[in-house]
Amino acid sequence: MALSVADVQAGQELPGRTVHITRATLVQYAGASLDRNPIHWDERFATSVGLPDVIAHGMFTMAAAVNVVSDWVGDAGRVVDYGVRFTRPVAVPHDTGADVEVAGVVKSVDEAAKRATVELTATCNGEKVLGRALAVVALD
Amino acid sequence: MAVNASFAGRTYPATAPYAVGREKIREFAEAVGAVDPVHTDAEEARARGYRDVIAPPTFAVLIAQQCDRQLIVDPEAGIDFSRVVHGEQKFAHHRPITAGDEVVGELHVDTVREAGGHAMVTTRTELSTTEGERVCTATSTIVIRGGE
Repeated sequence: MALSVADVQAGQELPGRTVHITRATLVQYAGASLDRNPIHWDERFATSVGLPDVIAHGMFTMAAAVNVVSDWVGDAGRVVDYGVRFTRPVAVPHDTGADVEVAGVVKSVDEAAKRATVELTATCNGEKVLGRALAVVALD
Repeated sequence: MAVNASFAGRTYPATAPYAVGREKIREFAEAVGAVDPVHTDAEEARARGYRDVIAPPTFAVLIAQQCDRQLIVDPEAGIDFSRVVHGEQKFAHHRPITAGDEVVGELHVDTVREAGGHAMVTTRTELSTTEGERVCTATSTIVIRGGE
């Protein structure tokens, strides 16, 4: 089911995707994650504290981005290590929502340990929203 | 500085157990668009060698943030939550969080530092089952924006 170490080489690109985020996405994530900070769903509150608009939970973007890795490796349980920096908030306008483009590339493979490190990029309107986004997967 | 620097090195006692449920995992997986059936189909999860459905890789934040709250609401820490921004997050999974786990978290304040007028606090939550099996180390850096 999961990828074998023989199938993975440094430089390999993972199938990317566009994650479309609307206010409904954020309300659903707020409920599921218990992160109910109103900057993620109340535009009046968000702008009152100096934000341009409602912004997506950084943790939502982090979670949505790693799906690229889970689906590629074939088992979400193989993501053994995952870290990101939140470099820029994703504003989510009421009318259009926001699109985050996610791509991934294999940075290195440790054949002895049967592990690979994937670097993810996530951009919104051409600007990076995650930095140093690295996921380590355990391979067969 | 917008946070008490003497908090570096402090540890908070383990939180009350969080009972990981199948339906919460399903709800979280749906909310983040995680479509791997390992999150929703117990038979599929068992076929892959897990005891039951497993949580998506970032689910641990739900438990870890409850632990972090101890620091954020600690009046001695002096953190103004309205100025807090999430700067960095990492998870090191010792094994996947699985439905049926009872998870407790022990919060460690690893570093408190200042840069560019902002304070940065890095916390580490060690998540383990009530039986003492380590499941995840969640490391978080929050930025407390400096005032004018």
